[in-house]
Amino acid sequence: MSAVLDHHDGHDHAHDHPHGWRRWVYATNHKDIGTCYLWFSFAMLLVGGVNALLLRSELFQPGLQIVNPEFFNQLTTLHGLIMVFGAVMPAFVGFANWQIPLMIGCSDMAFARMNNFSFWLLPVAAALLVVSYFVPGGATAAGWTLYAPLSVQMGPGMDLAIFAVHIMGASSIMGSINIITTILNMRAPGMTLMKMPMFVWTWLITAYLLIAVMPVLAGAITMVLTDRHFGTSFFNAAGGGDPVMYQHIFWFFGHPEVYIMILPAFGIVSEIIPTFARKKLFGYSSMVYATASIAILSFIVWAHHMFTTGMPVTGQLFFMYATMLIAVPTGVKIFNWVATMWRGAMTFETPMLFAIGFIFVFTMGGFTGIILSVAPLDIQLHDTYYVVAHFHYVLVAGSLFALFAGTYYWLPKWTGHMYDEKIGKLHFWSSLISFNVTFFPMHFLGLAGMPRRYADYPMQFADFNALVTVGAFWFGLSQLIFLWAVVKCIKGGAKAADKPWEGAEGLEWTIPSPAPFHTFETPPVVK
Amino acid sequence: MAAAVSDMPGGPRVNQLNIADPVTRIAADQHWVHWFLMVICAVIFVLVFGVMFYSVWKHRKSKGFKPATFHESTSVEIAWTIVPFIIVIGMALPATRMVVEQKDTSNSDITIKATGYQWKWGYDYLKGEGEGISFLATLSTPREQIDDRQFPDARSKREANPTYLMEVDNALVVPVNKKIRIVTTANDVIHAWMIPAFGVKQDAIPGFLRDTWFKAEKVGVYRGQCAELCGKDHAFMPIVVEVKSEEDYRTWVEGKKKEMLAKQDDPNKEWQQAELQARGEKVYASNCAACHQASGKGVPGNFPALEGSKLVLGPQEGQIEILLKGKAGTAMASFKQLSDVELAAVMTYTRNAFGNKAEDGIVQPKEVLAARK
Repeated sequence: MSAVLDHHDGHDHAHDHPHGWRRWVYATNHKDIGTCYLWFSFAMLLVGGVNALLLRSELFQPGLQIVNPEFFNQLTTLHGLIMVFGAVMPAFVGFANWQIPLMIGCSDMAFARMNNFSFWLLPVAAALLVVSYFVPGGATAAGWTLYAPLSVQMGPGMDLAIFAVHIMGASSIMGSINIITTILNMRAPGMTLMKMPMFVWTWLITAYLLIAVMPVLAGAITMVLTDRHFGTSFFNAAGGGDPVMYQHIFWFFGHPEVYIMILPAFGIVSEIIPTFARKKLFGYSSMVYATASIAILSFIVWAHHMFTTGMPVTGQLFFMYATMLIAVPTGVKIFNWVATMWRGAMTFETPMLFAIGFIFVFTMGGFTGIILSVAPLDIQLHDTYYVVAHFHYVLVAGSLFALFAGTYYWLPKWTGHMYDEKIGKLHFWSSLISFNVTFFPMHFLGLAGMPRRYADYPMQFADFNALVTVGAFWFGLSQLIFLWAVVKCIKGGAKAADKPWEGAEGLEWTIPSPAPFHTFETPPVVK
Repeated sequence: MAAAVSDMPGGPRVNQLNIADPVTRIAADQHWVHWFLMVICAVIFVLVFGVMFYSVWKHRKSKGFKPATFHESTSVEIAWTIVPFIIVIGMALPATRMVVEQKDTSNSDITIKATGYQWKWGYDYLKGEGEGISFLATLSTPREQIDDRQFPDARSKREANPTYLMEVDNALVVPVNKKIRIVTTANDVIHAWMIPAFGVKQDAIPGFLRDTWFKAEKVGVYRGQCAELCGKDHAFMPIVVEVKSEEDYRTWVEGKKKEMLAKQDDPNKEWQQAELQARGEKVYASNCAACHQASGKGVPGNFPALEGSKLVLGPQEGQIEILLKGKAGTAMASFKQLSDVELAAVMTYTRNAFGNKAEDGIVQPKEVLAARK
């Protein structure tokens, strides 16, 4: 006990932290680690984006021009793995690191050193994935879902991918433990659970999802690993296994995973809409309950990814009904956001534009989700470009737009400068339009029956594919505008007030901008 | 840009916007339910975004609008939970009937097994008229139309081919207005058998049987493609179904049976090396060249070369075994579906082609037959 007190006496030492590269490698400060996460995920966004642009180049016209089909499959696979595990998930953890302590009024994350470890595992995993392109046979080409038995056939690139996913899973689990512990134990006095900001709520629920499902994924890919090297037959019918079992286990992870990538996005949007509508979030408690319902339902819908595997009638019906049910809490959230905007006094700075853009395009992805949930129709659309369009509408226009919205929203707090509103708006409009040019035509391709993960396609699909590729390059290059906006904001710009947004509420706006290295050493009291 | 390209008969139209024109009741139902859902979604879209954009337009600070203070209403929350719930039930009702119909594979007139191979389809007529017929269906679009890097004029050739990538050497043939049950399975990895015009898509899972059915109501040719990622040539294993009138189907069955009889080889016959090699070259081109390449050089890192391969040049038993059993954990699948003569021929070919000169260069069909037991 006295040691703890001594530490408090030597207060100044706590402000002494390493500089140069040591500041980042030895980082235990939640803001520094959050920054690491955010830069890492942006770098991965670019790497995953280059994968996407390469494969879109091949698909610009029919025939094979740029890459051969083996390499094409590697590109689709790594694009998926890198975007999901390298870009979107770490970006949200970055937001959690920066914002949760600031929003609940605590001095840091609960486990500072574990926090450091969970971040520094990620570059290792990313390196494994990127290096796998250069091993004999190249990277894994089994699709990001790594379905057995195709994944059992792959070369050593597959083993590297398995290890990479293991490591990223460990990182996610540690991050989640940290987040849960911080939220449950370190809230400022007076901040009851039902007074927490929505972003904190969504992350609390997300962290539980992560802890529940990452070990399931680890189990699935470990079974692939032992099938590959140690003579087991989990997924090999000849040895008594079942390839479809892999899909059940994978999607038991995979469906909660898609909510892991969207719930924190809901949280960010729920912070931004009230701020710029200058009106409290409509139906706070129903938002919390809707988030929790979505999370619970996410565990009983996994087999809607498997309607074509040939489930019995009762299986098809159960998973169809359960999936359709998700529309209800999701609808509640959208109605609540619209009701928050209703009769507010809105202004449209970049965060608000991205938040409204999020609601608009995410809802379109929700509609196609409803259509896909209808099992007899999914039979027609499964594994076509319709599905590709659907999940990019919810993941890019959903998660990614929310991440952009959140970045512009909190950037003044992080850097102490206002970002350039003109550049931000250019980034928004360029992204919104090019996003739709890229992904909207995919609905038509899918309805017409073009299967996904195809390196070449019939001539009749040529025009839409050419348009999609043009859109993809436009969308990809638009993200350099984002980089420009952020770098410019870090380097300078108008001085940001402690509370740069008129309608903002929350503890993070009570501290100076930029947020000092240590904040809330004495917890604030929430009335 | 692709002005020269025309619609594909039985396949996608140029820039097609909707689901393929249905030729089965199931596909027609899918069409209907898709429109039904689209209309519901469109109404919700207009309502929700009508309200949202009205608000965006009117409730602006720049227009001097003062924010209201309401932020809660239990009755509104209950209403917009219950209304979507009722809409969802309305969507589920027709869908339920369709699921039951799609899964009812009983009382079929003809049962055909479709086996997915990397990268072609095999068909065995198991029951009904045509029983006993079996053949493989491979992509018939030549490499000269696909690969622009090897063949500079590939582009003009494929533009002149309206069925580019959706044509096969042996189409599956079925009679019109008969219930056809398709039993799917696979030899190596998961594939999926799909014909959009029939509204049918069923995964083909190695070691397991799954089934689906269709009853085509119009004579014609209908095309689909493999719909589950199955490795490098996933995009190159299409499915073509020819729906014939009953009489035409009968004629086809008779013809096909005669053809199969004529093709039957006597496995005990002693074959000459030249004969085997000539036959083997064809077998090699349609079964082996996709991975090991026509040159026998393979694809370094992915598929081993046969040129100078120890296994090919070594004792015959080793090569026979790998062809019959495949190699676990690699893309080398079992090829036991090929006949003894075909296997003997292809081994003889590889032992003497690509500059290979194996000790015992001739593999006789009876040796394969013996190894099968």
